[in-house]
Amino acid sequence: MTTHASHLDQLNLYGEIFHSRLLLGTSRYPSPSVLLQAIERSKPAMLTASLRRQTGGGGEASQSFWNLLRQANVPVLPNTAGCHSIQEAITTAEMAREVFETDWIKLELIGDDYTLQPDTLKLPEAADRLIKAGFKVLPYTTDDLVLCQRLVDVGCQAVMPWAAPIGTGKGSINPYALRTLRERLDIPLIVDAGLGLPSHACQVMEWGYDAVLLNTAVALAQDPVRMAGAFTDAVSAGRDAYCAGAMQSQDSVQPSTPVLGTPFWHQA
Amino acid sequence: MSDCPLQILINQMPYTLPQGASLADAVAVAGVQPPFAAAVNLQFVPRVQYDQYTLANHDKIELISPITGG
Repeated sequence: MTTHASHLDQLNLYGEIFHSRLLLGTSRYPSPSVLLQAIERSKPAMLTASLRRQTGGGGEASQSFWNLLRQANVPVLPNTAGCHSIQEAITTAEMAREVFETDWIKLELIGDDYTLQPDTLKLPEAADRLIKAGFKVLPYTTDDLVLCQRLVDVGCQAVMPWAAPIGTGKGSINPYALRTLRERLDIPLIVDAGLGLPSHACQVMEWGYDAVLLNTAVALAQDPVRMAGAFTDAVSAGRDAYCAGAMQSQDSVQPSTPVLGTPFWHQA
Repeated sequence: MSDCPLQILINQMPYTLPQGASLADAVAVAGVQPPFAAAVNLQFVPRVQYDQYTLANHDKIELISPITGG
């Protein structure tokens, strides 16, 4: 759990310590080279990856990406993107565990193809079965408090609510819900999806979120490498601000310069 | 009847294999490059079981490999 003024302020997920609070997606970059540079610039805690059928060319694209992951030397967070049923998600997770040799899984269970909204009714059961199968589950979810609580109840030691639907870049469309989640849940929270600007990331970190997961906002920037750096700095700034403890906003003005000793006081 | 070849799907493409063929045989026919993982009829099959896993008619095999993801 996050605490103010922690002198050991590192991301702790399922008992593992990470030295970054930014998780980075690997899709939609202009080239593998740009992706690699963005990784080097942001030094993310984890890189998300997926599994798909090999297409033409004997799996060259897959092999190239595999080599890039090994070169990057960053922990991999496989996802279950595109899965619509619990069994699809579980089977995909098991396949990912064998290929990537990791128990981490970003659980995506899509309930609506148009909005890519998670299937909130199936998500707890899927998470429950994966956790019982030994996975460290990071579920992609909406910002619904009760749903997130149910995910915690089945053993999720972190949850990943969206800020907005995947790829929209809108930033938090429901600040009240995200802030309520932070107040109510005593586990690491990672905002996944919907962030478009570094200021969006900084904002949720200021609210006490533990990390952010980004992809499109970096990959589709005109200069993805520079944007990766901007997000890295924003995440760090937001975290520092949260740990520093912000002042309370107020309606009445308070002069910052002392009034006592003001020259020419009422002489005009 | 038992000598009839197997009609199977690998990544939704139709293949014909001899009766008694294993998942390892299907993987060889598909020609996928490692790394990959396999599932038959939506059930994961660990790599160490490919040789022993005997296929049945109309089995649906998925062979999937790493790719970028968000």
